[in-house]
Amino acid sequence: MKVVVCVKQIPDPADPGEIDPSTKTLKRDVKLILDESDSYGVEMALQLVDGDGEVVLVSMAPNNEVLAMGADSAILVSDEALAGSDALGTAKVLAAAIKRAEPDLVLAATESSDGYTGTVPEQVAELLGMPSVTFAKEVAVADGTVAVKRQTEAGYDDVTCPLPCLVSVTAGVVEPRYPSFKGIMAAKSKPVDEVGIADLGIDAGAVGWAGGGQEIVAIEPAPAREAGEIVEDEGDAYERIVSFLEELKVI
Amino acid sequence: MEFAETDDHQAIREGIQRICADFNDEYWATCDDTHEFPWAFYEALAASGWVGIAIPEEFGGGGQGITEASIMLEEIAASGAAMNGCSAVHLSIFGMEPVRRYGSPELAAKVLPRVASGELHVAFGVTEPDAGTDTTRIRTRAVRDGDEYVITGAKVWTTKAPMCEMCLLLVRTTPYEAAASPTEGLSLFLVDLQDPAVDITPIPKLGRNAVVSCEVRYDGLRVPASRLIGQEGEGFRYILDGLNPERILIASEALGIGRVCVERASGYATDRVVFDRPIGQNQGIAFPLADAHMRLHAASLVIREASWRYDNNLSCAEAANTAKYLASDAAFYAADRAMQTHGGFGYAKEYHIERYWREARLMKIAPVSQEMVLNFVSAKVLGMPKSY
Repeated sequence: MKVVVCVKQIPDPADPGEIDPSTKTLKRDVKLILDESDSYGVEMALQLVDGDGEVVLVSMAPNNEVLAMGADSAILVSDEALAGSDALGTAKVLAAAIKRAEPDLVLAATESSDGYTGTVPEQVAELLGMPSVTFAKEVAVADGTVAVKRQTEAGYDDVTCPLPCLVSVTAGVVEPRYPSFKGIMAAKSKPVDEVGIADLGIDAGAVGWAGGGQEIVAIEPAPAREAGEIVEDEGDAYERIVSFLEELKVI
Repeated sequence: MEFAETDDHQAIREGIQRICADFNDEYWATCDDTHEFPWAFYEALAASGWVGIAIPEEFGGGGQGITEASIMLEEIAASGAAMNGCSAVHLSIFGMEPVRRYGSPELAAKVLPRVASGELHVAFGVTEPDAGTDTTRIRTRAVRDGDEYVITGAKVWTTKAPMCEMCLLLVRTTPYEAAASPTEGLSLFLVDLQDPAVDITPIPKLGRNAVVSCEVRYDGLRVPASRLIGQEGEGFRYILDGLNPERILIASEALGIGRVCVERASGYATDRVVFDRPIGQNQGIAFPLADAHMRLHAASLVIREASWRYDNNLSCAEAANTAKYLASDAAFYAADRAMQTHGGFGYAKEYHIERYWREARLMKIAPVSQEMVLNFVSAKVLGMPKSY
């Protein structure tokens, strides 16, 4: 079985750097790290394949960490024309790159931890003409079918879907392994297929700033948190907390 | 001459940083306060193959040199794990080198893969209450009895003893008085530590409290002769080989603590506003931190020279001793200036500086005192008369 995992490099959320006022996007001149939300899909892919098959990562930024975790190879799309790509532009590029790998299964995070659009996986599936299953908390593959426990507000749905398909994975559902020492040493000699958009048959006008279908009109700081109500316990605090929660219809 | 780190070295730093990021200051402070061994941290390192980094690949290790091991330990310390993190793995990194180099192939094959995987914890027992640095004066005896040796005596500062299945133990097989020279008649054994004939007592101490150091009494411990490392009577020579790499690793651990101290202190000095301006604007605060940074930088260069010499089979005693001396001094200076920068908060546990300070102090004493390094350089490098 061949599993493709889409991964992204993002500025470290603990030290994300600055917004570029001219592009209204995050500057990417700081150290980039593997988006944590992608690490769950990587772990799931490694577990699903378990040595019997191949895990290929597809990314638009160099990423040795996933290769060090155990992925077998990478397709890296690198092209100056990609700067400023919006969700759909990104999806076009990823879809074309994934197609090269001819996977049985594509895994992606539900959303990235920098852009948070949460739309790329489904756009990729649509562009590839694949069915997609979202919010997976467990994934199993057997007889050309993927069985997914799909997280819902109330619990989970059991969903089955024929392969090939795309599954987006919820954060926190598996414990991602650390890149091992030997994995780190082996990562540098793993095959990385470095391609530009021309290799993928994509027109420069369809991606990046040129192909943007969305425009960032303004960026504003998040409103400061307002002071909460301080309840002094005079023996009735629990009643007031309960009535507060009832007001919110939480209980 | 090349100063740039290789991609591999950078990757080792990042790999260790990735793991250490999940073990924050609160984790280490809790381990220290409760005197709990950092099992979760140790197991994370072991599971991802780091514990055996310097053990040859034929024994399941990473096959790397002291340079790579020292980078790993520096990054562990610099994460804020400090000595609690480093000492948890320190001895597994290189401590079993005498077994590989001088032990029987059978013993090496039996022991080293388990050390490399992290499953087998080992301790090192050399120092004795009445001998200190004067190693030839140790009195723990091993007496041959058929196919076994019987060991009786006491060691002190055996680190991690309660967690360790085995201990590499230096003993006298010929008493000092009967030996042809003071350095003869010492032998090295790999003994089982968890035995009724072994009594382990932790020593209450200033810092690094997640990893215990113990007094260990051996009361007629029977050890198969197959656990003798190399030749009887040659033990002193075997352990001498390990002293230089040990000093290089300790220097790297000190360097890591110094780095985290300067990093925290310069951050604090930038953010902390008193008299309407950041305290780091005061040169009385800033200059000592710049000074500490430069001292650490100088030490780091000597560490690199020392490890490079060791890995290239060149004599490295001067460089290794110098690295240990300079790094320990720079690290404690950095920790002390970090405490001064933080003022009262540096003395409070909340900011973790006091933990680094307590642990940085250790390297001026162990594994060898600063004064003994000065003795070495005075006599062996500069050729002046030996003072002791």
